[in-house]
Amino acid sequence: MQKTLDFGSSDLNGVDKAESRAAANAQKEKAAPVAVELAKKQREISVAEFFEKNRHLLGFDNRKKALLTTVKEAVDNSLDACEEAKVLPELVVEITNMGENRYRIAVEDNGPGIVRKQIPNIFAKLLYGSKFHRLKQSRGQQGIGISASVMYGQLTTGRPAKIISKIGPEYPAHEIELKLDTSKNKPLIVSEKEVEWHRDHGTRVEIDLEGDYMKGAQSVDEYLRETAIINPHVTIIYQPPQDSQIMFVRATEELPKEPKEIKPHPYGVELGILMKMLENTEYRTLNAFLTNEFSRVGAGTAKEICEQSFLLPSTSPRNISREMAEKLLEGIKKTKIMAPPTDSISPLGKELIEKGLKKELNAEFYHSISRSPSVYRGNPFIIEAAIAYGGNMPEDKPIEIMRFANRVPLLYQQGACAVTKSITSTNWRPYGLKQSQGSIPIGGCLIVVHMASVWVPFTSEAKEAIAHYPEIIKEIKLALQELGRELGKYLGKKRRLHQELTKVDYISKYLPHVSGALQEILTLDEGEKARLEDHLRVVLEKTRSIKKEELDELKKDYGPKRKRESNEADNFDEEEEGSSEDDQERDYSDNEEEEL
Amino acid sequence: MTEEDVPKKIKSVSKRIYTEILKEEKPEVSMPLRSLQNVTYDEKEGYFQLDNKFKSRTLTASTVKTFAQTLKMMALSKTLVETDDIATKRETYYVSKNWGDARFKEQVESDTVMDDIEAMFMVNREQMGFVPEEKGGDIAGKLVVIDKDPETGKEIRIDCTKFGSGAYSIPISVEHLKFETNAKFILAIETAGMFQRLVKHTYWKTANCILVSMGGVPTRACRRFVRRLSDERKLPVYVFTDGDPYGFLNIYRTFKVGSGNAAHINKYFCVPNAKFFGITTQDIIDYKLPTHPLKEVDIKRIKDGIKNDPFVKHYKQWEKSLIEMVKLKKRAEQQALAQHGLNFVISNYLPDKLKNPKTWLP
Repeated sequence: MQKTLDFGSSDLNGVDKAESRAAANAQKEKAAPVAVELAKKQREISVAEFFEKNRHLLGFDNRKKALLTTVKEAVDNSLDACEEAKVLPELVVEITNMGENRYRIAVEDNGPGIVRKQIPNIFAKLLYGSKFHRLKQSRGQQGIGISASVMYGQLTTGRPAKIISKIGPEYPAHEIELKLDTSKNKPLIVSEKEVEWHRDHGTRVEIDLEGDYMKGAQSVDEYLRETAIINPHVTIIYQPPQDSQIMFVRATEELPKEPKEIKPHPYGVELGILMKMLENTEYRTLNAFLTNEFSRVGAGTAKEICEQSFLLPSTSPRNISREMAEKLLEGIKKTKIMAPPTDSISPLGKELIEKGLKKELNAEFYHSISRSPSVYRGNPFIIEAAIAYGGNMPEDKPIEIMRFANRVPLLYQQGACAVTKSITSTNWRPYGLKQSQGSIPIGGCLIVVHMASVWVPFTSEAKEAIAHYPEIIKEIKLALQELGRELGKYLGKKRRLHQELTKVDYISKYLPHVSGALQEILTLDEGEKARLEDHLRVVLEKTRSIKKEELDELKKDYGPKRKRESNEADNFDEEEEGSSEDDQERDYSDNEEEEL
Repeated sequence: MTEEDVPKKIKSVSKRIYTEILKEEKPEVSMPLRSLQNVTYDEKEGYFQLDNKFKSRTLTASTVKTFAQTLKMMALSKTLVETDDIATKRETYYVSKNWGDARFKEQVESDTVMDDIEAMFMVNREQMGFVPEEKGGDIAGKLVVIDKDPETGKEIRIDCTKFGSGAYSIPISVEHLKFETNAKFILAIETAGMFQRLVKHTYWKTANCILVSMGGVPTRACRRFVRRLSDERKLPVYVFTDGDPYGFLNIYRTFKVGSGNAAHINKYFCVPNAKFFGITTQDIIDYKLPTHPLKEVDIKRIKDGIKNDPFVKHYKQWEKSLIEMVKLKKRAEQQALAQHGLNFVISNYLPDKLKNPKTWLP
């Protein structure tokens, strides 16, 4: 913790240095050193103060987003806690309107609870948490989220946050009201008591804040729905401010496999981090440092890294200068190192992704895929994706995109995300969707993309969009292409069925006109005409490309499932009459001539 | 081929289809491909000859509608010819509204089926009882047309000098007409406006000629009329259009050698001895005419013409002239001559042209 704060202030020192230099220059002209004056104004800025002034960095740009961010942080924490304790999560989310633009958010879980001593730090101290210092897949990363929400609530309503937590049936439930001392980044306990609570264990957090409740694309409702999709093992009972309760019921009793914690992979470290690691290590030699602090570095690899960086394996890590560290980094790059272990990631798997989607979305076709692990900058990751087609999704609108990172829905900054980039740079036309070059395709479709990784590279601290790493985009595109192929197959069969049904229709519609015209020209009697029609039907049936049994099979699998489609079929008919077959046959190549 | 042959042909094709169906074979009809890809410029005859590419339409589940429509229209044609009646293209489209599901949605569909049948039998649609909506074109000048009174059948003489400021209209069918004239040449004009000016100032008297107003791309009747007139009276034909790709390739080319779309009947509906008076690309430069920039479609038309039009491919002079126009990036209308005075066209341009055959294009 202290380290992180140091990092913050050293940044500020950089600014100070620049100012001092300017002051030094000024000193040449003036007698009294300005730096002395300036020094009076220079003091440490607390992280809390900094964020108070830059709340947009954490997702509190506006009231609507502040409400969503707070729910999101609390839910993410609850889910992480439950899963770590191997409890099937059951969450209660309540949003209560407390007056104009004022809401009370309550999120309650059946997780392991939090020991009394830690409650203040977890909820009212920024950058405090268990997840920052390790490389393991989890929802939260930096430990800023929930404290920032507490601080935001406090800033906008003046009210403290209320926490109830209980760690087991034999233990008391603690109810603590907390505020955050923004200048010192320290928790302030407003009140504290032991209470009766209905749960054996779990945590409830209540925050009052200024917010704006809305429905639609970036709403709490949508966030919870998407959370339920990507976490099919979770049950959420949601009470929105006006409408009646919504239940998202779990579709599986299976908890996700617990991800293992791993050490960093050499390919993923940057110079600053490497230097910090060298400074803090307990190992005495470079060789030991490399083999113990990194994953996939054995004696042989360590030796090769040392050779490639022209450093002695026996060098003490503490004696490695900046220049030497740079050499070491170059040496790492030159050395071939095995890809990091992938058991640190816990994907949902093909079946569960589809289950999650099916329970919250009524479509006619689903397909999902879970790719094998891949690596970007030494960080292992897995891309999972799913597609749903049909149902009530509009055919003439851009497809819906759901983005997830480590089982957390990403609702903002869709345009900046690697997922969106991968979708728009994939050609969907061969798969049967409409698309203009480089845009989101059009069609009644939903595409889900989930990236699971020990470290998801976001474009900003608000964690809204995945950064554009070529390795990540490549993986996403491969997943999308498979979804596309499956969709294409489905649509192809569906279209074929449609055409066949249309042809059957066509034959009975136009056959009497063929016989009628021949009757007129050849003056046939009614008997002859009837015989002609019988033979004609045989001739036409023969020209159909598909057997009757095959057609019945198709009908079963792809036939109209909804009322709406029968109307569509009629429209399709009309279209076919005017265009396709006839147009192809007729030759309009010379039609620019006005032949009269 | 006489008109009586049409019902016979319709019957024989229908009979074959009927027999094939009874044998449960897939019937098929075929017709020459109507496009520029299926014509060759025949220099000796002077028009686009049909090549032997065919397209065929087999009766299947997916073509059954077009097939039904084709047969329906053949039946209609048979009735028309047998009862000595006619139907315009528009009327035919409306007749189809009685055909239930087999009716045409747009007239362009019925026109295409009509053209297909025409090509299938290698006849002119008038022989099948179908006529176009538009009149053929206007005539003024030193010509007497001998026609028959529709009621009495008696010969009537129409003197085309006697229409004052108006003009004689070319009928839809011109085969029965006879001509008397001592004019020196025929001048076919693109726009009605220019025709009006020449009529107003009785240019036909000054130049001793026959004026024809084509009104855009000339109709078949207009082409046939000029063809017969020029053949029988041995008159040279000069064409006067706007100086643009449309005037060159659509109006003049179709007038002189026919079109791809009507390839099967070009033989009758073209005027092979026509010469192009102007406005040529060179005229635009020589007469310093006010111009308009070439549009995207103009340039496309020219490129298409150079690449695909057998006529342009045959005449290097035309190819050169088209390339020059692309380089000049400009086009000029007939009326642009008014820049030098309203009657400059009569006093200078046309006399200049008559004197200098070198300024014409083939």
